[in-house]
Amino acid sequence: MKDFGYQAHRDNTIDFEKNDFRIARFLLEREPSLNLCIGCGSCTGTCSTGHFTEFNIRKIHTLIKRGDTEMARKQIRQCMFCGKCQLICPRGINLRNVILGINRALEKI
Amino acid sequence: MNKSTIVVGGGIAGMTAAGELSRLGVEVTLVEQEQISGGHAACWDRLFPTRRPAEEVISFLREQTDSKVNTFSGRPVTEILHHESMFTATLSDGTILRGESLVLATGYDLFDASRKEEYGYGIYDNVITSAELEGWFKNHQPVRTKNGRIPSRVAFIHCVGSRDEKVGNLYCSKVCCITGVKQAIEVKEALPACDVYSFYMDLRMFDRNFEELYFEAQKNYGINFIRGRLSECSENEDHTLVVKTEDTLTGKPMKMIVDLVVLLVGFVPRSQNTQMLLKLKLITGNDGFLQPEDEHNGDNLTRIPGLFITGAVKGPVTIANAVADARATALQVYSFLHSNR
Amino acid sequence: MNIQGKRNIWKDYQKEIATDRYFYVRSCVRQNFFPGSEKAFLRILKEELSRDVYENASHTTCSGIGYHSDVVPFETAMTMVARQFALMTESGYENFTTSCITSFGLYSEILETWHHFPEVEERIREHLLRATGRTFKKPANLSHASDVIFKFRKEIAEKAKHRLINRKTGNPLKVVEHIGCHYSKMFPSKGVGGAEYPYVLVGMIEEWGGEVIDYPERRHCCGFGFRQYLVKANRGYSLACSKKKFESMAPYKPDFILTNCPGCPMFLDRWQYALSEMEGITYGENGFGIPVLTYEELAGLVLGYDPWDLGLQVHQVTVDPLLDKLGVDYDPSAKFTGKNGIDLGKPEPPTFLKFYQNE
Repeated sequence: MKDFGYQAHRDNTIDFEKNDFRIARFLLEREPSLNLCIGCGSCTGTCSTGHFTEFNIRKIHTLIKRGDTEMARKQIRQCMFCGKCQLICPRGINLRNVILGINRALEKI
Repeated sequence: MNKSTIVVGGGIAGMTAAGELSRLGVEVTLVEQEQISGGHAACWDRLFPTRRPAEEVISFLREQTDSKVNTFSGRPVTEILHHESMFTATLSDGTILRGESLVLATGYDLFDASRKEEYGYGIYDNVITSAELEGWFKNHQPVRTKNGRIPSRVAFIHCVGSRDEKVGNLYCSKVCCITGVKQAIEVKEALPACDVYSFYMDLRMFDRNFEELYFEAQKNYGINFIRGRLSECSENEDHTLVVKTEDTLTGKPMKMIVDLVVLLVGFVPRSQNTQMLLKLKLITGNDGFLQPEDEHNGDNLTRIPGLFITGAVKGPVTIANAVADARATALQVYSFLHSNR
Repeated sequence: MNIQGKRNIWKDYQKEIATDRYFYVRSCVRQNFFPGSEKAFLRILKEELSRDVYENASHTTCSGIGYHSDVVPFETAMTMVARQFALMTESGYENFTTSCITSFGLYSEILETWHHFPEVEERIREHLLRATGRTFKKPANLSHASDVIFKFRKEIAEKAKHRLINRKTGNPLKVVEHIGCHYSKMFPSKGVGGAEYPYVLVGMIEEWGGEVIDYPERRHCCGFGFRQYLVKANRGYSLACSKKKFESMAPYKPDFILTNCPGCPMFLDRWQYALSEMEGITYGENGFGIPVLTYEELAGLVLGYDPWDLGLQVHQVTVDPLLDKLGVDYDPSAKFTGKNGIDLGKPEPPTFLKFYQNE
């Protein structure tokens, strides 16, 4: 293959036909309350880790539901499991179990 | 002297006002352009948020008006005039009605979805409106694609023709959010294997039990709510549709293939009103809906004594809002008729 | 798909297009990219349709390419455009017709600006007068050259030597139409058919017997976009845009792509080569690419012009299979012979993209 000094950019689009929803299914089955998220961001706002790193728990679980697990793979281990996100969630999502589930899923799938 | 009023419009607001006024002893004439009264609500199967049959509400109102109110149906009003404290309404067949007061309850039109050209309504077979879907429910028609397939993915699109400078409608139509949630649940009930997505800008669950229904949609029905407005819709060779949005909560563009797109169409001012009300010179707001004299303390009053406005003629309302508004209007009419004019 | 839905929209986007006495301005780049196209336009209007088309030798760039690359300020662009209008006025014409889509967009943008801000127009008139001593009238009618061909599509169909029908199968040729962004996305009302379902090329294809493909990425930019290809570091973006379109249209097996912009045919044509060399992929039949035509080239083919007079030999994606489908009588051996009869030499074939019919 020839190298012209540039390559076609990667498509940044969340493509539902190409993405992998196995982790999303695993997670929603294990912790159905995840579907109650309204994207308010109070979990991320209170997250100790998120204040000093790229870690954004709202984005991580939202992307998983879109079949995009890249961010979770890179970042989920940064969570310190303090549980403040769960305490604050207005929809009662069991976020500690979500995070645990993400870790389990990434090991399995 | 007779205490008389003409109520123009036999939808929820008009029927309610007519029924209440009749109970108060006023001689009421109700005009409805369609053969069947009930307005837009007559096209509904079940109502949000409790999903009671729309028929229950309409039957109640029909009991209040049928045989108690002088009704002219199947004939639209072409012109309304006000002269020497009397109102005349001319019907399309030439009938002229007279009354000492008049209640305008002409309601609204649905937004013409084909004006959102990029959504492909009227072009792509499987793009339908929320009103059409409600009609399917009402007629017990199964939810299918144009060529009869069972959809495996359905997308609801919020705010079609509302909150959109490009179509000249900056206002929120209020009822579409909750309609979308209700219909998403109903699609899921009819087709449990179908994935249902709702694309929204905000979900405005302003009234009692609305937020609860949204919660139920997520919890019990697994409806997927994605915050992002539909940018464009296109058709694949197999007549499935590609919807393009941004998933604003992850900050990425998104595309998805769906079998059916449901456009939640909003309210627009009734087009016939322009000609009908021409000579009355009523004031409209920037949104095109009629403007009351005082938005707080006289929101059924107009610049003409004896001319009242009620319901969706003033902008988007729920059925519950329209009923309450029409009852308030009835009292206003009653006091007017009994005042020393 | 319900075509009536599109027709309803097309009704709302009718545009006035002058029928004669055109002041024609060329594009900066098209004479290099697709050298036969502008010549074909002049030949069609003058010889086939007996119209008066005038070109002024003093015409320069409109500076749109610089304006859209952020190197020419709007004020300068407006003054340069004012000079083009002065040339038109001095030549005794009122109907301005541009070959370039970006010029058309820029002229539209400037006229619209002057309409809303008359003081800007006054200021530009002063600039022009001071710099060149010239004054001007604004065009009575502004059209893109594709509007003009659209206007005469029926007359061209009447004189057609070839219809857009596959001679071997008898079926209509399947055509992807692609409009330049600056044609109607800036001002939908200035383009025939508007911005969402532009009709200008569709009208030609329908009239000349072809079938239009409506594919999901129809609205996506070709990837030209000036800054994206001028800077090498950005070319991967340009390439990705074209690739997105090819991947979306390929399943429909289009016989060719029709364009009305200087940039779109360039990139849709040349990037097929680049993608084949870089990734080994081709999008047409049997290892060929999808031929890309300008509307003048297509009109010329329909009218029976020699494909080599139309400049089709300079396309990167070979058009020969399309010529066979159309039933065009052409001399393959003359393809790389210059107008003066000298053999120009055969291009080296690409690695993956098939270029020669019988190899």
